[in-house]
Amino acid sequence: MNIDKRIADDLAANGVSFVTTVPCKQLAGVIEEIDQRDDIFHIPSNKEDEGMGLCAGAWMGGKRPAIIMQNTAIGVTINTLATLIQFYRMPLPMLISYRGELREPVACQVEMAVHTKALLTQLNIPTYHFHWQKDVEELDNILKYTFMCNKPVAILTDANFWGGYGDQ
Amino acid sequence: MIRSEILKEIAPILRDQLVVCNIGIPSQELHAIDDQPTNFYMLGTMGLASSIGLGLALAQPKPVIVIDGDGSILTNLGTLPTIGNNAPSNYVLMIIDNGSYGSTGDQPTYTSQRTDLTAMARAAGCARVVEVQDVDTGPALKEALASGEATVMVVKCDSGNAKMPVITMDPVVICDRFMKAVAS
Repeated sequence: MNIDKRIADDLAANGVSFVTTVPCKQLAGVIEEIDQRDDIFHIPSNKEDEGMGLCAGAWMGGKRPAIIMQNTAIGVTINTLATLIQFYRMPLPMLISYRGELREPVACQVEMAVHTKALLTQLNIPTYHFHWQKDVEELDNILKYTFMCNKPVAILTDANFWGGYGDQ
Repeated sequence: MIRSEILKEIAPILRDQLVVCNIGIPSQELHAIDDQPTNFYMLGTMGLASSIGLGLALAQPKPVIVIDGDGSILTNLGTLPTIGNNAPSNYVLMIIDNGSYGSTGDQPTYTSQRTDLTAMARAAGCARVVEVQDVDTGPALKEALASGEATVMVVKCDSGNAKMPVITMDPVVICDRFMKAVAS
């Protein structure tokens, strides 16, 4: 299975046509896949709160948006999630690389990893954790759930899900 | 002129357009001067008006006018390269540059000293950037809408705020009526 294509196919099948990204090495393949597709408009952001602003505008303009980012971004976007996405009740699937989890080689990444689920829980954000590649089978249902309830929803994808870091 | 005087003057131009308005006193002023379902008021999230407006302009064909401020742009400076590289022709970013953080007590921003937002927008890749004085805002806005090009306007004006009530409309209502206006 090409996991990058599978994710992009699920996004497209759920009508997601506007995706903003802030890169992560783990996400490089899916970002490239999204960038190449004609059925999804890709706009890179410089920071994740900026990206959520773009997504809010796209939603109000009639598009289904999504954001792809690292879990470090949760530290950047708490105010935006609370006062824009949640306050105005907008749907936002967040495909998040879960750095600092099992098979992580960079110690500093663990410092945000230990806060990630606690912060998402504090924000009452429905959160799913993909650890095995087969977990991607839930993505279609998660996207449907997100656009059913009009909430931000987090999909944490760790290094094991992406197949480890190779020689990094 | 202060911001509220500019908003009063351009209200007839704004009335028929989709407007995304910056958090705090700018939204309170626009709401009090001429509330319209085509206005999206930001109630929180400092800095993101230009990004919300850009997403909206990219998602649908109607013109979008963002009423932003110098302090807000400085908060979210990464927005300028994103606008410079992606803004479609229906996007007008109007930065009311009064050199101060109006909603928090008129503390000076760096644009009141050495920082030049017009030059920064150009350096970020924005092709059509115009700097105008407060009294010229109306004609410059009409020109931007007619230009067929994405435009960044930097409107130089005086610092100061009108005393307007806080917006008590529910955010879900603001969003819902705005989305209906966008889709109509």
